[in-house]
Amino acid sequence: MPRVNLRLMKKNQTGTIAAIKVGGDMGRRIREMGLVPGTRITVQGRAPLYDPVALRVMGGTLALRNNEADHIEVEVDGAGGAGA
Amino acid sequence: MSRQSAETAPASGRILPLTPAEGARITVALAGNPNAGKTTLFNTLTGARQHVGNYPGVTVEKKEGSYQHGSTQVHVVDLPGTYSLSAYSVEEVVARDYLLNERPEVVVNIADAANLERNLYLTCQFLEMGAPMVIALNMMDVARDRGIEIDPARLSALIGVPVVPIIARSGQGKAELSQAVIERARAGGGWRPWDLSYGEDIDAVLLAMVPEIEEAGFLTSLYPARWTALKYLEGDAEVMARGRQADSALAGRLEDAARKLAAHLEQTIATHPEALIADHRYGYIKSILRQGVISHHYDADRLYLSDRIDKVVTNRFLGPLIMLAILFILYHLTFTYSKVPVGWFESLFGWLGNAADTLLPAGPVKSLLVAGVIHGVGGVLGFVPIIMFMFLGIAVLEDSGYLARVAFMMDRVFRIFGLHGNSVMAYIVSGGIAGGCAVPGVMATRTLKSPKERMATLLTVPMMNCGAKLPVMALLTAAFFAAHEAQVMLGLTLLAWTVSLLVAKLLRSTILRGASTPFVMELPPYRLPTFKGLAIHTWERTWQYVRKAGTVILGISILLWAMMTFPGLPAAEQARFAAQRETARAGAPAGAPAQVETGAGELSPAARELKQQLLAIDAAQAQQALRLSIAGRIGTALEKVSRLAGFDWRTNIALVGGFAAKEVVVSTLGTAYSLGNVDPEESTPLATTLARSWTPLMGLAAMVFIMFYSPCFVTVVCIVRETGSWKWGLFSIAFNTLFAFTLATAVYQLGSLVWAG
Repeated sequence: MPRVNLRLMKKNQTGTIAAIKVGGDMGRRIREMGLVPGTRITVQGRAPLYDPVALRVMGGTLALRNNEADHIEVEVDGAGGAGA
Repeated sequence: MSRQSAETAPASGRILPLTPAEGARITVALAGNPNAGKTTLFNTLTGARQHVGNYPGVTVEKKEGSYQHGSTQVHVVDLPGTYSLSAYSVEEVVARDYLLNERPEVVVNIADAANLERNLYLTCQFLEMGAPMVIALNMMDVARDRGIEIDPARLSALIGVPVVPIIARSGQGKAELSQAVIERARAGGGWRPWDLSYGEDIDAVLLAMVPEIEEAGFLTSLYPARWTALKYLEGDAEVMARGRQADSALAGRLEDAARKLAAHLEQTIATHPEALIADHRYGYIKSILRQGVISHHYDADRLYLSDRIDKVVTNRFLGPLIMLAILFILYHLTFTYSKVPVGWFESLFGWLGNAADTLLPAGPVKSLLVAGVIHGVGGVLGFVPIIMFMFLGIAVLEDSGYLARVAFMMDRVFRIFGLHGNSVMAYIVSGGIAGGCAVPGVMATRTLKSPKERMATLLTVPMMNCGAKLPVMALLTAAFFAAHEAQVMLGLTLLAWTVSLLVAKLLRSTILRGASTPFVMELPPYRLPTFKGLAIHTWERTWQYVRKAGTVILGISILLWAMMTFPGLPAAEQARFAAQRETARAGAPAGAPAQVETGAGELSPAARELKQQLLAIDAAQAQQALRLSIAGRIGTALEKVSRLAGFDWRTNIALVGGFAAKEVVVSTLGTAYSLGNVDPEESTPLATTLARSWTPLMGLAAMVFIMFYSPCFVTVVCIVRETGSWKWGLFSIAFNTLFAFTLATAVYQLGSLVWAG
């Protein structure tokens, strides 16, 4: 499964969060909203200027800015790992 | 899964036996995530018996209410909605301090069943504190619709906390919940912290820290020992500052231990302690949910109604158009419909003023009553309908979930200026579409949760073209740019936007500098707002304005009246005008003075001429009185400086008057140019006079100045209320005035160069 930065994910792509590479307030905020390693996410869409990005997380929808998405690495379900 | 699931057991924490007797009064704190339905539950439980105040020292709202359960009176405190209890925001600190200082008998943790995993993260932190809890599992219906089945009994058994499924909107489960609360309170047991495991590395450090903390009695009167240790590892600034005050030696040792652990984790697994702690909390939650608490029957690809709405409403092309339409409609409805009650208030206070005018003998008492008090109260109440309608509109947008989408769509644009997507509401309300009002605009910044962005928004929205500036702008446009009226008005709106946003950027890179607050936010599912929720929300805001701002506004209004009235004309001057009147009457043909006096029937040409003369003398006297008043003296004294921007003393007085309300500029200019009473809505003679005595450049400089100088004092009072400090109110007066003066001077001086050249 390819591991990509959340910023690079396309609309409707789904994956599992692999790592959150930031601490401090931003890291805390991202984690307390439920974005932790192991969480399944789908990119639901982007705002008119491609930023922020809306994610579908199991129970609901979260929005975050691209500079926040930069710290999140996702293992994307895709061509390579679809059968796995 | 490599992570070991955390083990829990009630620790030997402090046990405070608290068993309320029958008929006692107990305090219950209501806590939970934003959007979990906390406010709805609060309203359902307490009905209209609510009291809104502030937590001491901060501007966070504190709502309290009560209800009766059997013979027990239950006092409910609604804590601010938070996702965790770190020291990350004021709301979190407030919620945490309340729990630890007040130790309510029961904490009702409301959790959104459809988002259980994330909601239990906060629950975990209550467990760490040892709060006696009851979990209210809200929106079971929504969860079921989404294919999520939850077993409350199983959840309760696993974490050892009573769990009551409820639907706050319909009130379902309310009786069971209040029964569970009473039982929990009767069971007593006090606050018993749970020992969650955070993995070997962290557990080892905690284990070493706890005995030291307990032995030294370090902050133990406030916090459980293990909790304090955990906060040191999480790098909690608030707790660490308190620790340093209490015992700097031990605090130093604890900080060292935390640093050492951080360095060790960084080296071995490249992570931060607080990240590891969060991961373990989630690990614990997952391990519980997996033991048969939750089961999914949902189809991952199914689009729920909310997602389908979002597909259209946040569409890249359609979304902004829909948003503009919705905001425009809201704006239009607010300012159109509020005109009706505003009109009633105006006629009521106009009638009162007239009544007092005819009933009372002339003199300073009458003037105080009519111009100071009646006008002042009228001014305070005049804003009430606007605030009510605006907050009703905002409540609809907020409760329905649409406001979060507005923030989502606008964030990229507003971030350029150091603001937040949510700033857009405040700007529009304040006059982003010409004709708003900065008072509800400033109050609307409450929807912004990021402190610096909120401050920058709050300080710049008064620069938008509010409805009160419009008559002034219309007057000056009619006087100098009559041929291009439409273009000028559009240009002014664009200028207001540009300047306000640039000033916001300036503030955010100087006195409000600092990284933006993390944006990450929920886009809650769309919901139909409940009537009860809207009514309570609107009423609270309006009442707050009347109660808190009203008294101050009335006081300042009287002060301004005094400034424009006193010290009044000296006796010699009054005698001079009286003599002039006598001369005019004596010079007129017989019968004319009597006719003017009684005002009966058609005036003869001679009487009409006399009346004109007398009115001119009145106007000249009013001008002289204004010039000699305190405001007039200020205006005259400032003339030397204000000449730089092309303003003479008359303009200065009008600008001082504009601090009361921007439209007052028009009537004060009228008095200063001895035109008698000028109605702001009908100012043609004044426009003609101005066109004669000013150059168009002076007009332009005045327009620029009036747009951006000090907000009217009602707005200033609201800024003070919203920021919790007079400092910011005074700042907005001084900064905006200086800024506007610089801009106006630049326009006037550069313009003069170009014109002359």
